[in-house]
Amino acid sequence: MVKMTFQDALLDATTLEMARDDSVFVYGIGAPDHKNIFGTTTGLVEKFGENRCLETPLAEDSMTGFGLGAAMNGMRPIHVHIRMDFVLLAMNQIVNMLSCASYGSCGKLKAPMVIRAIIGRGWGQGYQHSKTLHSYFSHIPGLKVVLPTTPSDAKGLLTSAIRDDNPVIFIEHRWLYFAEEDVPEGDFSIPLGKGKVLREGNDLSIIATSWMNIEAMEAAKMLKEYHGVEVEIIDPRTIAPLDEEIILSSVRKTGHCIVADNDWSFSGFGAELSALVAEKAFDSLKKPVTRIGFEHTPCPTVRKLENAFYPNAKTIVRAVEEKLGLPKSDLSSQDLFSHERKFKGPF
Amino acid sequence: MSSLSLDLYKKLFLSRAAEECIMKYYHEDDMKTPMHMSMGQEFIPAAVCQALGERGQIFTSYRSHAPYLCRTDDVEGFFGEMYGKISGPMRGKGGSMHLSNPDLGHMCASAIVSSLIPVVVGAAWANKMKNTDKIAAVFFGDGAVDEGCFWESMNISALMQTPALFICEDNGLAVHTSKRQRQGYKNLPDIIRHFDVHVITSKSTDAEEIHGLVKEAMDVIDKTQKPVFMHLECYRYLEHVGVYEDFDAGYREKEESWYDSGALRVQRQRLLDQGMDEKDIVQLEQEIETRVENALMAAKAEKFPEDDELYEGVFYG
Ligand SMILES: Cc1ncc(C[n+]2csc(CCOP(=O)(O)OP(=O)(O)O)c2C)c(N)n1
Ligand SMILES: [Mg+2]
Repeated sequence: MVKMTFQDALLDATTLEMARDDSVFVYGIGAPDHKNIFGTTTGLVEKFGENRCLETPLAEDSMTGFGLGAAMNGMRPIHVHIRMDFVLLAMNQIVNMLSCASYGSCGKLKAPMVIRAIIGRGWGQGYQHSKTLHSYFSHIPGLKVVLPTTPSDAKGLLTSAIRDDNPVIFIEHRWLYFAEEDVPEGDFSIPLGKGKVLREGNDLSIIATSWMNIEAMEAAKMLKEYHGVEVEIIDPRTIAPLDEEIILSSVRKTGHCIVADNDWSFSGFGAELSALVAEKAFDSLKKPVTRIGFEHTPCPTVRKLENAFYPNAKTIVRAVEEKLGLPKSDLSSQDLFSHERKFKGPF
Repeated sequence: MSSLSLDLYKKLFLSRAAEECIMKYYHEDDMKTPMHMSMGQEFIPAAVCQALGERGQIFTSYRSHAPYLCRTDDVEGFFGEMYGKISGPMRGKGGSMHLSNPDLGHMCASAIVSSLIPVVVGAAWANKMKNTDKIAAVFFGDGAVDEGCFWESMNISALMQTPALFICEDNGLAVHTSKRQRQGYKNLPDIIRHFDVHVITSKSTDAEEIHGLVKEAMDVIDKTQKPVFMHLECYRYLEHVGVYEDFDAGYREKEESWYDSGALRVQRQRLLDQGMDEKDIVQLEQEIETRVENALMAAKAEKFPEDDELYEGVFYG
């Protein structure tokens, strides 16, 4: 084990895979520049040469098609985007082409490609630099969708994503980059499609994605302190394929389910989970499923409205209190948004 | 002294003073919005906005401080938006990357590179259909030219003869990446000339010279309804985003010649040559600086929007 930040873990996985398999290459706008995609491509040019860590023109859609072609002919591309919002320009190649490369060749062609997309948040990212949109991708057959929360998961899941013979959308929350923990050294992978119990508890299940797991962990501490409530937190980690069993068995145990999703709720992943729980664990539910997500507006710039836009630990505490019929605890002393203080702009 | 020369100098100085004020106060961390500074490139928006005047409908990128100020002269709203206050034209929802004030001719800004280029083609077409005297103009960089939608827009605009004004501010960089690393051709205007589009190019940093070229473009638009593509070279003084220089990062050299030929210096000298008293220039500069500083202070003191404003404007009407 070695202490690593989330960004170091991504770099570690990439470096190891590039050393192991010389068909792996990284490309994207800014990939080899001195900022190195927030330090996640540092040293790749020096170690592996310019042909394996490539700058590109601003041409998201065509460069995705480029990746697909390279993948069909034996390469393993990792296409990096500094914001998910820019991936939207590549939707044609991703949805019409990449996702059905295998299906459209009756399984004869493969497209082992990873698309890394960073979710921006805070410090005035605004409505064009803050989207998540994981459910856009999980809606599409043929795509795998990964949202790691911890540094270890970032390393293990990126390794599996690179080794996978199918297209994988790999979604990284900017604020998670600062997280640090002990990460296994050397070769380490976590299978795609396996969720993780982040915290065990018997009173209520919280299924959270990406950054919302951090908020859920904060909420869990408060709920224990104020109410003696033990919530269970499940991080699905990959939403496509989805580890249904880990979610269903938790809900069957607790009888309560809250989905805390790092995106808008309407037509989102939370809706999918609510349907899953209603279809397969209805009899265990003591109350309807609750969804927590962004307010249904574009993301505003000013911090005050951003704070109103994003749900946080407090939102989760209130939802749990309501569901379990508990009195509202006094959260005025709680230091929310503390992570934002580490994040000084511009990016 | 010509009033044109003076007006251009005022726009140049206002843009520069406003950004210098941002640099002075940014470290306080109250302007929580990523700043893409116009510094060094102000002569283009100053010239374009001066020439278009009230006819101009401008569409911009995230690098829109100077275009906003030159088009609207709304320093108070500008700083309101930087501080996220209700005095900003978007009441804090937009910040530096999304300045928009359609009533004052700044239609909108987009932080998705190149995404307003096709929008301007449609805006210009509507102006033509409705016979307005407005001229739709879009500012974009040499990076935006990489995107497919730029080339599609050139084709559409040429085909449909939409009287749009395309202003390519070529600072040679997309973030830290030079044109050489991104473009598989040598000369952009040469390629654009193959479209049925009027092309104007310049390497000058003289705002008054650029102003003359924009007037020429407007003439073409008025007489022929032909789209005009202006390729204007310029130099970004600061880092891509943020308020500092970053020459130590190593991706480019500081090129002193751009500072020697800096537009403010050129225009100030022109005023002197035209007989304007240095004292009067200094006084004018001080007035602008005071106005800028006051606008910033007023923005600091202004109120934030109420939380329920979050839901305002999601749908029109
Ligand atoms: C579609 C899209 N891709 C990538 C980005 C990230 N990005 C922001 S600015 C920029 C460079 C744009 O360069 P240019 O068009 O020359 O404008 P300049 O910043 O030089 O004014 C890039 C790549 C983006 N905002 N939008
Ligand atoms: Mg540029």
